[in-house]
Amino acid sequence: MDAQSAKMIGAGLAAIGAGLASLGVGNVFAKFLEGALRNPGAADGQQGRLFIGFAAAELLGLLSFVVAMILVFVA
Amino acid sequence: MAAEQAKVDPMHQFTIEPLFGTDHWSIAGYSIPFTNSALWMAISTVVMLVFVLGGMKRQLVPGRWQMAVESMTGFIDNLLAANIGPAGKKYVPYVFSLFMFILLANMLGLLPLALVGVHPFTFTSHFSATAVLAVMTFSIVLIVGFWRHGFHFFSLFVPHGTPVWLLWLIPVIELVSFLVRPFSLALRLFVAMMAGHLLLEVLSSFVISGFNSGSGVGGIVGVLSFVLMVSICALEILVAGIQAYVFALLTSLYINDAENLH
Repeated sequence: MDAQSAKMIGAGLAAIGAGLASLGVGNVFAKFLEGALRNPGAADGQQGRLFIGFAAAELLGLLSFVVAMILVFVA
Repeated sequence: MAAEQAKVDPMHQFTIEPLFGTDHWSIAGYSIPFTNSALWMAISTVVMLVFVLGGMKRQLVPGRWQMAVESMTGFIDNLLAANIGPAGKKYVPYVFSLFMFILLANMLGLLPLALVGVHPFTFTSHFSATAVLAVMTFSIVLIVGFWRHGFHFFSLFVPHGTPVWLLWLIPVIELVSFLVRPFSLALRLFVAMMAGHLLLEVLSSFVISGFNSGSGVGGIVGVLSFVLMVSICALEILVAGIQAYVFALLTSLYINDAENLH
């Protein structure tokens, strides 16, 4: 396998990370909605924490995107 | 390079170009042309100033414009009051400017002005621009933390209730998580913006080459890509708002650490 193909395969494998992060982001919002429907009164006060969880889960997916971009355009 | 073989180069939209013939400007050997990035930063600032100044009439019964400005400042005020407490009041101008600047930058970069020949440039899709914003927040955290607490600020790295036998490990983990903050803050905004614009560009190239192929399958692919592109545009507007909000939220959390330790 030459270096160029290896880079492209690596970038494709990094995309798996983005997909897994989407599971994480979906999980964050799903659990929030589950809790919010049980206790709607407390839901508005927890939106800050919702977005903190969203940001943390999303960042890891974005990192895999960065890995893919570095492999395709920089390395 | 793969990008040069493709017909459409999706990275071309992020090129920084000197405008108005200023490409020979330089200070001490460093080239400082007025670029499209700087132009859109200036436009965001002007739009923000017009928005805020237009609402500063201080009428007892606010009109629509004043109501819009007051709801934005009230939003940031509530965010800081909830996350920092009474000490958060003095950071409202900084966090409000940060939030509005990022929000306007993201939104203005999405405007379909290319229809009239102007290419909007999303400068938040550049790591250098977002890194400056993140470093500003991080410097405020460091300066406020050391100013208010002195060397006691280092107790941030030893949370309450740490078992004694873990004292060798927890400060190291806390230190790493503290030092990673400016990178994660800048990287999140930059990658979210860049990925969105990249996706739109790639989908638009699918639409064009799908219709140009002339075959029935190409037409179906083109129509489907176009529908997907419209929905991704709606998603991008949402992302533009969420990323600005997340930046402001994390900034307020980090300032909370500096103000109140934990």
